[in-house]
Amino acid sequence: MATMTKKKMVQWDPADVKAELLSKYPPKVARKRAKQIMINEALENETPEITANVRTTPGIITMRGCTYAGCKGVIMGPTRDIVNLVHGPIGCSFYAWLTRRNQTDAGPDGDNFINYCMSTDMQDSDIIFGGEKKLAQAIQEAYDLFHPKSIAVFATCPVGLIGDDIHTVAKNMKEKFGDCNVYAFSCEGYKGVSQSAGHHIANNQVFRHIVGENDEEKPGKFKINLLGEYNIGGDGFEIDRIFNKCGITNIATFSGNSTYDQFASAHTADLNAVMCHRSINYVADMLETKYGIPWIKVNFIGAEATAKSLRKIAEYFGDKELIDTVEAVIAEEMPAVDEVVSDVRIRTDGKTAMMFVGGSRAHHYKELFNEMGMKTISAGYEFGHRDDYEGRQVIPNLKVDADSRNIEELVIEADETRYRPRKTEKEMKALEKAGLQFKHYDGLAPDMDNDTLIIDDLNQYEAEKLVELMKPDIFCAGIKEKYSIQKLGVPMKQLHSYDSGGPYAGFKGAINFYNEIDRLVNSKVWSYMKAPWQKNPQLSAAYIWE
Amino acid sequence: MLLRHTPKEIPTERKALTINPAKTCQPIGAMYAALGIHGCLPHSHGSQGCCAYHRSALTRHYKEPISAATSSFTEGASVFGGQANLLQAINNIFTVYEPDVIAVHTTCLSETIGDDLKQIRLKAQNEGKIPEGKYVIGAPTPSYVGSHVTGFSNMVKSMTEFAETTGKKNGKVNIIPGWVEPADMEEIKRMAKLTGVKTILFPDTSGVLNAPLTGEYKMFPDGGTTVAELKSAGDSVGTLALGEWCSADAARELDKKNKVPCNVLDMPFGLKATDRFVDALRKIAGVTVSDELALERGQLVDLISDMHQYFYHKKVALVGDPDQLISMTEFLVSIDMCPVHIITGTPGKKFEKRIREITKDMPFEVNVKAKGDMFLLHQWMKNDPVDLLIGNSYCKYMARDEDVPLVRWGFPILDRQGHQYFPTVGYKGGLRLLEKILEALLDRKDRDDPEEKFELVL
Ligand code: SF4
Ligand code: SF4
Repeated sequence: MATMTKKKMVQWDPADVKAELLSKYPPKVARKRAKQIMINEALENETPEITANVRTTPGIITMRGCTYAGCKGVIMGPTRDIVNLVHGPIGCSFYAWLTRRNQTDAGPDGDNFINYCMSTDMQDSDIIFGGEKKLAQAIQEAYDLFHPKSIAVFATCPVGLIGDDIHTVAKNMKEKFGDCNVYAFSCEGYKGVSQSAGHHIANNQVFRHIVGENDEEKPGKFKINLLGEYNIGGDGFEIDRIFNKCGITNIATFSGNSTYDQFASAHTADLNAVMCHRSINYVADMLETKYGIPWIKVNFIGAEATAKSLRKIAEYFGDKELIDTVEAVIAEEMPAVDEVVSDVRIRTDGKTAMMFVGGSRAHHYKELFNEMGMKTISAGYEFGHRDDYEGRQVIPNLKVDADSRNIEELVIEADETRYRPRKTEKEMKALEKAGLQFKHYDGLAPDMDNDTLIIDDLNQYEAEKLVELMKPDIFCAGIKEKYSIQKLGVPMKQLHSYDSGGPYAGFKGAINFYNEIDRLVNSKVWSYMKAPWQKNPQLSAAYIWE
Repeated sequence: MLLRHTPKEIPTERKALTINPAKTCQPIGAMYAALGIHGCLPHSHGSQGCCAYHRSALTRHYKEPISAATSSFTEGASVFGGQANLLQAINNIFTVYEPDVIAVHTTCLSETIGDDLKQIRLKAQNEGKIPEGKYVIGAPTPSYVGSHVTGFSNMVKSMTEFAETTGKKNGKVNIIPGWVEPADMEEIKRMAKLTGVKTILFPDTSGVLNAPLTGEYKMFPDGGTTVAELKSAGDSVGTLALGEWCSADAARELDKKNKVPCNVLDMPFGLKATDRFVDALRKIAGVTVSDELALERGQLVDLISDMHQYFYHKKVALVGDPDQLISMTEFLVSIDMCPVHIITGTPGKKFEKRIREITKDMPFEVNVKAKGDMFLLHQWMKNDPVDLLIGNSYCKYMARDEDVPLVRWGFPILDRQGHQYFPTVGYKGGLRLLEKILEALLDRKDRDDPEEKFELVL
């Protein structure tokens, strides 16, 4: 079985695969998709251009979700002491209830609302007469029951249409309570083209309503924020474990296992470390503009990548003791990693993977597959933008279309009293000269081999075709894609919520991931597809002759 | 504590805030129903998030691929209406995925905008976007009315569009099974076959959502009610609709439109409801019940008597959908268990009335609420503790906090398997339900009994 797969693999030509993917579409759809399917080739110092962050064609079975899913599901979902109240009919709230595997740890007496699902459950009378009164009443009831520090209100599709002014309702309630910050998100699902718009709407409001609310100095010598880490399967816990060991203080994680106070204090950190570039790079920019905190791109997916990211952070602070501790931690953690990887590699080396997830994950997880000797033969994002593929240098040239235009861009200026550059210009220059890159991200494409396929907003039809033609040993996407791929006899790993298990970040996470992929690609189950009597009768005849 | 903020006190009734819902929205029911038509691709007319959520929820419940398309509304469509999106979608779907049927349901968004499905379908027809021999059906499913159950019912009702009256009866009985699992649909067919009744079951998700792993992916698996069967449903001798909430509307529509008389029954969960189902089946087809079914019934009665001491006066909390809960409550009462807290999120005053009737002779007071939520159920449990909780996977948070054994039954089940393979309807299903209940109660007894009371034989 395994050897057969390998033989098939070398036969494909990317141009043929691309042509095959497009062949069944109506011409208009084919033209559009052609621009979102890119054969990776090294042009002079640059990557070829891909179309991304554009509308999904109606009727094409997409992997994407909506703006609300990006806002409430991804960004605000993992916060634990903020009451998340969804204003709309019941479904939107129900589906976002505990389905993303964000872990939280509230401690013995802490607040933790993550297990609750709250909704105004709009009825037809609310649609006809407006739902503002019901929303105000629901906020009041949530306040009376839970007395939370903060209540976040989320709009779903019909709310925008009927014109409920959720922001005014939130503002009035905030004033009324005095001790509870209430704010709202206009994250109706029809805005934007994917979850990505929702990330932006969420982060804007967090920045506008929470960040900077608490000026109290937090203890710690090396203070950072970790942006774009959502604690799926406990990833954030593992990263925090490593930070602790190194003596790095994580002021705020955006937003895994986060608290209101973490967001409120984020402006007191001295460095922003950006994990998921897609969902949060603009927050890093805003924190820099307003408070003077520089940002670097990090990646804690992959043991090598983790080590590299820690070194970057240490280099930024430039403290000898920190640099030494980081090296000591890496030296301490790596032997266990090496031991597992050298065992697993015996079985995974040379195998192939495909990844279609997120706006950064398809890139991050490539590291882990590399470490296992597995080659990524095709990858893409569900809701990435061009800069996530090609690097941030394309940002000035991004087309702003109608869908992007209605996602608010906050205009940020330096805070009058609290803007404080963390490094002098000279220090920044020196760090840059030494190789530390600020505000820098090269994207996925430069890391992909030549002649691999990079595909944006992959859909069900293309996924099935790709697997059929290129026969990867493992395919990674989300829950909706999982079982159609597995029906083809190819193991599928969810990289949004990980199916089960985790963490996969950091050193321990890397070990978990190696073992998990080893289990998946080498599971005996893939050899049971055919019953003995269904196997080719000629083969058994040949066997008799031998 | 997982639900650490849930207080025991219930000072005032909440008027606007739903916490931990015991229902979800219409389209997911419509999507599930549509998957029970052979060769059908469900289509969600709205923005793509709803479709993604419904597919994900069904996928997690069945661990099977759920294909469904969406009109992918953006802001423009929300302002100008989604007609262009749907027309384009229909064309793309028939070209790329080649289903026999597209079953369109609406969402809150397209309903609020006021898109007229009928008119859009007509336009698609006139523009030649629906190939010869292919069909587009549609059901309005605004989620601000009813619940997922309503959506299921609406889609099943729209299937009756296919029904034709040729004037020549086909000698079959239509069975509308309601929102039950694929294994239950299979079991209903088996029971009918044992009784010697020819049936048209719709929808039928068996063979669709419990498909085998063979190395081949069929976007449209072998199961499902065929279009030919749906057409023929207009010539059947009668319809048995299982469940007032899930199935009655479709049955009444067939009665009205095609003059197929109908009988609305409770879903055949438990002894008595199954008895009524089998009896109705026998009468409508004019046959005698087979010895095999009678044997199965006897086995169920036998198990009830064998283990009655463990059921007797045990208090149960129940949450789920109306049709299922009515039959389950009746079953529990019939074995002398005491369902004391019963909640559905689906509206319907009739529900509370039925439950009160069924439980009227019980020695304990009963809390029942339609349009309730799990937060309230949890509060009831804190005030009047129970021995057993029956409901979907979300119940495990309450079960753990209150240290109450849980039997998973309902939708969605996200953390256990078996519901797509083993039925809970009929006599056989009754055996399985009792097995699950006993397992939960006796595992708990074995865990909690002091050593000197720990016993080998139970
Ligand atoms: S908008 Fe309506 S149809 Fe869509 S998920 Fe929410 S409740 Fe369901
Ligand atoms: S109604 Fe809108 S917000 Fe809710 S799931 Fe659907 S697309 Fe998303």
